Amino acid sequence: MNDLALVLQNVETFYGKIHALKGVSLEVPKGKIVTLLGSNGAGKTTTLKTISGLIQASAGKIEFYGRDISKEKAHNIVSMGLIHVPEGRRIFKDLSVKENLELGGFTLKDESLRRKRIEHVFEMFPRLKDRQKQIGGTLSGGEQQMLAIGRAMMTDPKLLLLDEPSMGLAPLIVQDIMRIIKQLNSEGTTILLVEQNAKIALKLADYGYVLETGELVMEGDSTELRKDERITKAYLGE
Amino acid sequence: MHAMTVFYTIIQQLVNGLILGSFYSLVALGYSMVYGIIKLLNFAHGDIYMVGAFVGFGALGIFGNALGIGWLGITVALVISMVLVGFLGIVIHRIAYQPLLNKNAPRMSLLITAVGVSFTLFNAVMVMTSGEYKAFTTSLGYDGISIGPINITYTQIIMVVATAVLMLGLYWFINRTMYGKAMRAIALDQDACRLMGINVTKTISLTFFVGSALAAAAGVMAGVYYGSIHFYMGFIIGLKAFTAAVIGGIGSIPGAMLGGLILGLLETAGTQLPFVGSAWKDVFTFGILILLLVTKPTGILGKSEIERM
Repeated sequence: MNDLALVLQNVETFYGKIHALKGVSLEVPKGKIVTLLGSNGAGKTTTLKTISGLIQASAGKIEFYGRDISKEKAHNIVSMGLIHVPEGRRIFKDLSVKENLELGGFTLKDESLRRKRIEHVFEMFPRLKDRQKQIGGTLSGGEQQMLAIGRAMMTDPKLLLLDEPSMGLAPLIVQDIMRIIKQLNSEGTTILLVEQNAKIALKLADYGYVLETGELVMEGDSTELRKDERITKAYLGE
Repeated sequence: MHAMTVFYTIIQQLVNGLILGSFYSLVALGYSMVYGIIKLLNFAHGDIYMVGAFVGFGALGIFGNALGIGWLGITVALVISMVLVGFLGIVIHRIAYQPLLNKNAPRMSLLITAVGVSFTLFNAVMVMTSGEYKAFTTSLGYDGISIGPINITYTQIIMVVATAVLMLGLYWFINRTMYGKAMRAIALDQDACRLMGINVTKTISLTFFVGSALAAAAGVMAGVYYGSIHFYMGFIIGLKAFTAAVIGGIGSIPGAMLGGLILGLLETAGTQLPFVGSAWKDVFTFGILILLLVTKPTGILGKSEIERM
């Protein structure tokens, strides 16, 4: 019925007096990977935080499968199936790997379903299964990113927002993470991916937007964007 | 002194210290939980304990006729007090603290509202009771177990067991239930919790409920144990429970339990030691605590991170 998982219409967000988003409009079609590119401070993270309700938009509309969520509280948005994996992973460092996953499934009402989803995440990331009793803070950066994604997969989300999943990871680990993202998408998860690493993001994504100081300046199919001179110069370092 | 006499004295005082420590621990838990989750020193917490004692007193007055003023009546009064005072904790959180948290107010403002809540509770009870001592009359006697000159009453045994049950219950709740895990997670990262679908405000309210209910339980037990209650009873224990929470490592639940017991045992030991005695017991106790904190500033089980107030 509804082919669009997410629609932003002229979304504006303020951080105190700073006008962080100046009318952002974008679309994420169901089943696709859409990426949001831009340099540091362009407003990528703010865009995700506004979508997931951590910050309230001051104007504009955010529709999640046709339903306006711009006034909803963050925890209610999660129950609708929109999951945000924040920048820096933000796993609970003093809690065990298993407890982190259980909290990812906080909104599941059924304990047996929660156990089943944990098994599913363990199949996806066998390394997390080996370390399920370990305290989250003792995991390596790559494992923490896996845990953050695994935690998000606990509820089988209808839309996944990923904020800089490659940040601070070694190139080989980044490849691992990207493969996982691709796999999640091929299994049906719709993804909005924020990345500074435009090269890998455009390789994964179907469509891309470029954000500069709170405004979208460019958009297109990722294959086109990869050829665009402005992109290659500014973000691909060629 | 004869060696056996010394031994008997130690055992007897150990029991006394355990009881006192139980009260401190139960109150310290609420301090520590609230601090852990929103970094607020809830200075009204001692008064919550006092209100708990009065609610238990009132409940026993109402149900005492039907249920008697023995263990059955006391248990019912204790449960009623825990539930009502737990809800009082939620009301205080929603009215006096959450609006400030929503506005991201400085911690100092929160601290001052806490002092305000303390004065409010304290004065309200003072007016309602005309500032009088109330006799917390029960039918519990002094029966118990005697081993030589050592006398441990059943009341003492039941108090220690009841405290242990409450603490084990709390431990189970914090570590085994989803809301318990959510509480621990909120203490670490509130925004991340929102992204898990956790209603943070509701979970903070729940923390206030649990902490206040435990303090109320301590208040009722103290009333039963000492036989009288008054509006001022929360002040000193509030300070001491706060101390216990810091000694144990504020924010740590096992730390609060341990800190309370250590404080209770030190105090009773102080009254018995030569050159100390009851007049100097606080000097003795706090002297040791200062030494302890100087050696380990984060408390016994506290984490070595820098906390700002």
